[in-house]
Amino acid sequence: MLDLLSGFVMELRQSGLPVSLTEHLDAADAMHHVNLDDRDELKYALGATLVKSNSHWRAFETAFEIYFALRRDSGPGDTQIENLEAWGEAGEKSFPGAGMGLPGQQGTGRGGGSGMTPQELAELLYQAIRSGNSGMLAMVARHAVDRFSGMEPGRPVGGTYYFYRTLRNLDLEGVLQRLMEEARHTAASSDGDALTALEERLMADAYKSRLDDLRKSIESEIRRRLVADRGAEALLRSVRTPLPEDIDVMHATRDELKALQVALHPLSRKLAVRLARKRRHQRRGPLDFRATVRRSLSTGGVPVEPKFRHPHPSKPEIFVVADISGSVASFARFTLLLVHAISSQFSKVRSFVFVDGIDEVTRFFEGADDPADAVRRINAEADVVWVDGHSDYGHALTVFNDRWGDEVTSKASILMLGDARNNYHASQAWVLAELQARARHVYWLNPEPMAYWGSGDSIIDEYGVHCEAVVECRTLRQLERFVGDLE
Amino acid sequence: MSDTAEQGRTSWSNADLGIPDSGPARFESAHELRRGLAEIGYLADDGIAGVVYLADRLAKPVLVEGPAGTGKTQLAKSVAELSNSRLIRLQCYEGLDESKALYEWNYRKQLLRIQAAQISGGSDDGLRAASAAQTKDGAAWKHLEEDIFSEDFLLTRPLLEAIRADEPVVLLVDEVDRVELETEALLLEVLSEYQVSIPELGTVRATRLPMVFLTSNNTRELSEALKRRCLYLHIDYPGLEREREIVRTRVPGITDELADQVARIVQSLRTIELRKAPSVSETLDWARTLVLLGIESIDASGARDTLHILLKYQSDIERAAKELLSAGT
Ligand SMILES: Nc1ncnc2c1ncn2[C@@H]1O[C@H](COP(=O)(O)OP(=O)(O)OP(=O)(O)O)[C@@H](O)[C@H]1O
Ligand SMILES: [Mg+2]
Repeated sequence: MLDLLSGFVMELRQSGLPVSLTEHLDAADAMHHVNLDDRDELKYALGATLVKSNSHWRAFETAFEIYFALRRDSGPGDTQIENLEAWGEAGEKSFPGAGMGLPGQQGTGRGGGSGMTPQELAELLYQAIRSGNSGMLAMVARHAVDRFSGMEPGRPVGGTYYFYRTLRNLDLEGVLQRLMEEARHTAASSDGDALTALEERLMADAYKSRLDDLRKSIESEIRRRLVADRGAEALLRSVRTPLPEDIDVMHATRDELKALQVALHPLSRKLAVRLARKRRHQRRGPLDFRATVRRSLSTGGVPVEPKFRHPHPSKPEIFVVADISGSVASFARFTLLLVHAISSQFSKVRSFVFVDGIDEVTRFFEGADDPADAVRRINAEADVVWVDGHSDYGHALTVFNDRWGDEVTSKASILMLGDARNNYHASQAWVLAELQARARHVYWLNPEPMAYWGSGDSIIDEYGVHCEAVVECRTLRQLERFVGDLE
Repeated sequence: MSDTAEQGRTSWSNADLGIPDSGPARFESAHELRRGLAEIGYLADDGIAGVVYLADRLAKPVLVEGPAGTGKTQLAKSVAELSNSRLIRLQCYEGLDESKALYEWNYRKQLLRIQAAQISGGSDDGLRAASAAQTKDGAAWKHLEEDIFSEDFLLTRPLLEAIRADEPVVLLVDEVDRVELETEALLLEVLSEYQVSIPELGTVRATRLPMVFLTSNNTRELSEALKRRCLYLHIDYPGLEREREIVRTRVPGITDELADQVARIVQSLRTIELRKAPSVSETLDWARTLVLLGIESIDASGARDTLHILLKYQSDIERAAKELLSAGT
């Protein structure tokens, strides 16, 4: 059993989850206190000990479902596999054809109904969604996969293929419409009133959530059969998806950006704190009475020499200067999220965006609790285009220096964000040199893979010499590392 | 160690016996725990009950995260009530330090004591007393020092309080993400060793481990070390059934029908993209308002008039009204 757990922990680490030895041991301990036959109980116990961030839960859950897939929740007609060891072995071997009811094939060992006609299945589906009965939903899922997924042992096809194939044949949209029609009809014939918009909405939402449940059941049914066919390890390798912190920000999808945004928030605070550090012990804090009293003992209780506490960290002053041109469009979105996250927590963050012109956008972030709002306003209102809307770092830096350069003092840190692709304009790198001389720190985060730096019109090296550090920043993990190194 | 210090320690004398344990199981099973919580008005799900049960068995703190108003704080309170424990709460804020979290010497009282000693010692001159302290009368001052750093002058704060309590305790460290790293490190130390050393008094050890809940709204990332030390529980918005039960339990006088409607509407709202999704506390506020207004069934106009209790932003209210209340969406 502990071997099984070790394998699982290893799998989590492979997916990038940071599971420590302590946590592994805690999980092993936890297994003594749960009913191993109760899959959910096991899942929550392992989750609580191994996964310490909600953004990792999805990856954990997928891995768990696959790793422990051969155990199905007890239901009528299910054969329970007795213990964990047995699932482990079963997961490693492959059972060609086990549970793979092919279309038209009868008697898969799970009894009953494999000969159901598509019409019968459609009727069962309709009844299941109408009633929301979970037993019926599970039955529909199994029969639907039997009949429509077209699963064949040994085929190296991903689960999503089978999933969509099954769904296509079920016409869930049609079921929803039929149910809504029926509801309207019933309402009209019983009390003569048509359904109100609110009633319709609530009813539709209820059916939709049952349809979602059905989709989930179908998904897990397919997964279970794939595990039986190929073994958990092989399957796990094929479904691994990046954690939010490993998503490449240059190529993130909308959903991925959303996940990024959530994970970004705490990190940005850390970043701001780090950038502001070192100023800590410069000023005096409030009187430390305890130390004063102790010291006063040597003077007979007269507090002649007051002791002061260290002050709280003072507000950092951060200038974020970001390229939001087309070449870094999706990085720019990420950048703006980052700027938003930083400025929502620190009052002394000033933000600037540029393409070939540059504009201060601090005001758009103030009081905007929705970054999307801020981003929208910046895109609409910020004055960042000077000539042709292609990045001109040199011009942007020069204007920045002319207009705001005086405000960059030894308290300020400058964070440059961009790929330094300058469209062959003059670099004006001397401006950055000047700024560096005045500022506390200058850092540059570059969203391009390091291998491309300096190629074509990238002049990151010219600017890099005037920065304390230039780092590749394509993922949150890299950003995190940068933040960690600031200490 | 001096006499006074020994005396000071007698009140937690069992502490030296060794590593404290969590004591007998507080709950029979996760299932029982869930039932017990429901009886006192906290509706948990299997995940919540499972993790809390495990926390007791493994004697580990639980770090609870999740959106605002989903019952994180209430969980600790309810667990305390169910297990007949005293709830000790440390409310965190930026700037919280050792003296407010752990203990602090009552310096006013100490100064008074020192002054009193000078007067009764026949000296009305602070400076003469001071020089006496450094020369011939050093022993007297030594005695005084021991005196003013004794139990009587100690102000116990929640962490120390939880550790030295004789009765069962649930310690709630609320909104831990608001403290600075130094204080977080202090917390970790206390929650790892369950002992506190006070230089002037010696070491205080827990006789029985408290159950510990830390809540966080995730405004900043907590240290890896603290997370490793804790079990992790994410409490999300409840599903339809659980939310309906919460409403029925927490809102006196509500009909089943209204509770059902309230829960359905809130669940629908959470599927729309809003700036701020309604939390459980807002659901409850809304339900209470509807009951007060004598509304038995929510129709479009009833909803429109009261939506502002559920949603905080005007743009959200408009959006919700459009999505839910107007036909043809
Ligand atoms: N599962 C539940 N059962 C009963 N009541 C609940 C439940 N969840 C939340 N509540 C009620 O909702 C309200 C908000 O809960 P609570 O203050 O514990 O939320 P919280 O998660 O601590 O929020 P915050 O993050 O804002 O501190 C309380 O009145 C609480 O009683
Ligand atoms: Mg709270």
